Amino acid sequence: MFTTQQYVVASSLDEAYALNQKPRATVLGGCGWLKMGRRAIGTAIDLSALGLDRIEEFDDRFELGAMVTLRQIETSEALAAAFGPCLRESVRHIVGVQFRNCATIGGSIWGRFGFSDPLTCLTALGASVRLHHAGLVPLSEFIRMDYDRDLLVAVVLPKAGQRAVYLTHRATQTDFPVLAAAVCRRADGTYCAAVGARPQRAALVEDTEGLLAGGVTDASARAFADFAADRLTFSSNLRGSAEFRRHLCRVLVRRAAIQLEEGQA
Amino acid sequence: MKISYTLNGRARTDEVDPARPLTEYLRAQGCLSVKRGCETSNCGLCTVLVDGRPVLSCTTLTARINGKSVLTLEGLEDRAAEIGGYLAAQGAEQCGFCSPGLIMNIIAMTDELTDPTEDEIREYLAGNLCRCTGYVSQLRAIRQYLADRKEAEQA
Amino acid sequence: MKHRYVGRAVPKSDARALTTGKPVYTDDIAPAGCLIVKVLRSPHAHALIEDINTDIAKKVPGIACVLTWKDVPQHRFTMAGQTFPEPSPYDRLILDRRVRFVGDAVAIVAGETEEAVDRALRLVKVKYEVLEPVLDPHTAKDNPILVHPESDWVANCPVGADNKRNLCASGQDGHGDIEAVLATCDVVLERTYHTKANQQAMMETFRTFTQLDAYGRLNVISSTQVPFHVRRILSIALGIPKSKIRVVKPRLGGGFGAKQTVVTEIYPAIVTMKTGRPAKIIYTRYESQIASSPRHEMEVTVRIGAMRDGTIRGIDLYTLSNTGAFGEHGPTTVGLSGHKPIPLYSANQEAYRFRYDVVYTNVMSAGAYRGYGATQGTFAVESIVGELADVLGIDPVELRLKNLTREGQIMPAYYGETANACALDRCVTRVREMIGWDEKVKPRVMPDGKIRAVGMAMAMQGSGISNVDVGSVIIRLSDDGTYNMLIGCTDMGTGCDTILAQMAADCLDCRMEQIAVYASDTDVAPYDSGSYASATTYVTGMACVRACTELREKIVRAGAKHLLLTPDEVEFDGARVYALSDETRAVTLADIAYGAQCGCTEALSATVSHSSPVSPPPFMAGACEIEVDPETGHVELLDYVAAVDCGTPINPALARVQTEGGLVQGIGMALYEDVVYSDKGVDLSNSFMQYKIPSRLDIGKIRVVFESSYEKTGPFGAKSIGEIVINTPSPAIADAVARATGVRVRTLPITAEKIVMGMQEKA
Repeated sequence: MFTTQQYVVASSLDEAYALNQKPRATVLGGCGWLKMGRRAIGTAIDLSALGLDRIEEFDDRFELGAMVTLRQIETSEALAAAFGPCLRESVRHIVGVQFRNCATIGGSIWGRFGFSDPLTCLTALGASVRLHHAGLVPLSEFIRMDYDRDLLVAVVLPKAGQRAVYLTHRATQTDFPVLAAAVCRRADGTYCAAVGARPQRAALVEDTEGLLAGGVTDASARAFADFAADRLTFSSNLRGSAEFRRHLCRVLVRRAAIQLEEGQA
Repeated sequence: MKISYTLNGRARTDEVDPARPLTEYLRAQGCLSVKRGCETSNCGLCTVLVDGRPVLSCTTLTARINGKSVLTLEGLEDRAAEIGGYLAAQGAEQCGFCSPGLIMNIIAMTDELTDPTEDEIREYLAGNLCRCTGYVSQLRAIRQYLADRKEAEQA
Repeated sequence: MKHRYVGRAVPKSDARALTTGKPVYTDDIAPAGCLIVKVLRSPHAHALIEDINTDIAKKVPGIACVLTWKDVPQHRFTMAGQTFPEPSPYDRLILDRRVRFVGDAVAIVAGETEEAVDRALRLVKVKYEVLEPVLDPHTAKDNPILVHPESDWVANCPVGADNKRNLCASGQDGHGDIEAVLATCDVVLERTYHTKANQQAMMETFRTFTQLDAYGRLNVISSTQVPFHVRRILSIALGIPKSKIRVVKPRLGGGFGAKQTVVTEIYPAIVTMKTGRPAKIIYTRYESQIASSPRHEMEVTVRIGAMRDGTIRGIDLYTLSNTGAFGEHGPTTVGLSGHKPIPLYSANQEAYRFRYDVVYTNVMSAGAYRGYGATQGTFAVESIVGELADVLGIDPVELRLKNLTREGQIMPAYYGETANACALDRCVTRVREMIGWDEKVKPRVMPDGKIRAVGMAMAMQGSGISNVDVGSVIIRLSDDGTYNMLIGCTDMGTGCDTILAQMAADCLDCRMEQIAVYASDTDVAPYDSGSYASATTYVTGMACVRACTELREKIVRAGAKHLLLTPDEVEFDGARVYALSDETRAVTLADIAYGAQCGCTEALSATVSHSSPVSPPPFMAGACEIEVDPETGHVELLDYVAAVDCGTPINPALARVQTEGGLVQGIGMALYEDVVYSDKGVDLSNSFMQYKIPSRLDIGKIRVVFESSYEKTGPFGAKSIGEIVINTPSPAIADAVARATGVRVRTLPITAEKIVMGMQEKA
């Protein structure tokens, strides 16, 4: 468990941001990850009072406040209507309902954990994060950035007709994924894949060769999956070897592309 | 930090260590039904209801119950005993150490889902680990409980 | 014969308290003001403490004591909860200068608050001489690096132990000339199978609190399966007489063998002895994962010899068991790896040989876990029988039916005991029907490319340790005609308090509510070895039946005296003693009881200790249907069926839950669970996040039936059920995977990666 010297329920984003510039300050999400460490936190910044616990729908986008829980995403009818089952699929394996009622999307995305399911899915869907200081940053960029002292306010998910299929391989149903893959088709007919739990952070692979441009067939899906597997790095940990992960990447990306074509998104 | 909240129906105000896990805080308040089985949010033993939603009290900071209503099994004894009766009929409580957390989540599920399927029950309760029973007796008990409840509602 | 309670699914007597969250477990009842006790643990797998400085740690406000190896008695003991003299070597000190695994105890810190203790733990300064560890069990025997070089190491029993060879035990036994038999077999297969350490992972971690009572005696309240062994072990470790120690077991949050080792008791006990204050230790899950008592990792090499027609004539088995840093249960678990699976095939067995080595290594000590070596051996023997069936081209069910042990047969590999009650053949036939074996034995490719296949395994266990385990019961009549029953066995959620009350109520023709059960307190309860080795229902159950019978006789005598008749002129119907000649001439039980309080010279109570010269095996068969995704290697368990012969199921609901729970633990072992160490000996499976036990989403349908035999030496015909139920999943699932994919996984767990890589190798 971590310790705190000072616990502040921030009354504005500006206050939270200012407090977070202190050397040993930490913004609290759902605390699921933080509590497993033994950090000596100077100022713990609680965003609970800022109304960031809402999923808001606009004409062109969704905004998921940083304090929205994974369970809210799982049960959101609006998100399901816009993007199909992929977002629900990306959170429903995470431990259990009680945990998902605690874990926040802000904490999950800010942590940029390698095993993160929603990070992988949202990256494929072309989401951005709204940072208090840096403004809107695409996830594909954000996942490559180092931790800094900015403040994640919301995840912004454009409504641009994109569709994704999210697939994982897990040892047990509620374990971290051995590998996670999402394939997304955009309104303009281009494709991309996000692959997470390699076990490094999710990475985005664009179909720059247009392998799927002529339509998704078993052969083109296989070609795109191989393309992704060959471009990404994989490594080994308790849950699987690099070699197995590369193999899974080929299988899951191919299957996701085919399921996308079959309209299972 | 000073917080005001409701514990099992009674309004309270207390000076608390804000970052203390709610599990330990509640046990210190005499809610000994709340158990801890791990430090990694995996077991579900510590499940309590905050504003009606099941949460892991081990992962919830005490500060965050400010202004909220907290329910533990101590405040739900009648419902616990009713569900417990169904579990006991199957022998499904076994060592009983995971029973409070499980029953809390069964109550949450019953309140949240109408007429859940077997798959929905499994998924809703997946975060409640049990090492004694292998789960199947619990499922039998829960299905019977839900069926009897439905019948009583329709009657 | 129909009984009122035996054979009925009576709810457990403690169900209401457990399901409404009443404070009945160790930590719930610990007094406020207990010192918090924690253990400083070694970061090295093997090291000598050169220097340990506690000066600064002791100055932390609120610290009551900091103990190091200099502060503890210097005589060795074992933490294994076994009957004295323990077969496990005396190889431990409470704190030792030599630390033998990452997580081994270096210092004990006690203080007023957790914060103070945590701070003090960080301030104990230890200088280690880091030594090279022995981490590979294959190279442990006769390794120049010794885990226990100390001269005061001692093995109290002749178990083939030699600390100068890193041997915790070794030996061999057999029957017939195995080499001659194998030489004349048509087919001899040799395969090696590897089972890993597994954690019992009971939901309540290890925990104990201790305090001195009004007489200055050490009271130990602990989550233990073995209160009497705890008393003895503490007495030896602390060097104080047993009369100065009282051990009480409250409700337990599960055990599964983990709590048959004295994992935590010694720490608060020595703190209370040193400070005079109540002290409490609650292991974190992390500690329960890294410094506890998991299953022994075993590598089992089997040679099996058979004729073309499927006659299995001989089995030769060698087990290499890894006991880790200490020898708890090392010499005994290994025995079961041979003595339980080999006798499954006694029908045509001309010879067997069983050899074994149990080695010390620098990882956490192993201990007792449900199945206790039988699980490991069963994976090997049942797997090789599956492989033999493939080689011979015989259906594995037919092969088993041709060779399995049948009622009345002698089992040479099971201490020469006769299978007096054995429904193994019926169990196999039953699961064959239930799983639809004959239709499904050929794997089927589904439209989505996934492959379905079935697999099967058999198992046996024992019912208590013959001539060793003791179960005792005191039953006495109270003044209103109700009974008090005192028992020393330990209900750990299994329901033995209830089961024994069921038996007593039927023996005494009364309602269960009339029997108040109390367990288990070493001051009050009669001696019981404890609840392990599948002993309680069979051994303590028989003590219960005998005690009730004795008490009945006393009641009859007292009633007859009251009626001025002789005992054979009256009958006791549970409520009254009446004259056979005139049923209206009667005295109620309450009147007999009240009468016994007035000028009475014969106590209306009975105390019986029971031990059995035999250990009748329960038998079972398990079969599964799985679906494998050949591309990802994912195995989905669709259906698991089990037929169990536990003799008479005393409480069918509880017997069923025992079976289901054991099967799911076995499924976890088969597919997911693995204690993994780094190359430095650090346990990486140190939480429920990294050591995944099955959730309710990871199991398929589970169906259990009972195929009962009647065991004449057991209470109401009962044998045991607690352990056998964990043994079949690993071999049955491995068998199904082999049938589906052609890949025979011989090292557990059966992961997707092993399947996929195996398939790629074959392609």
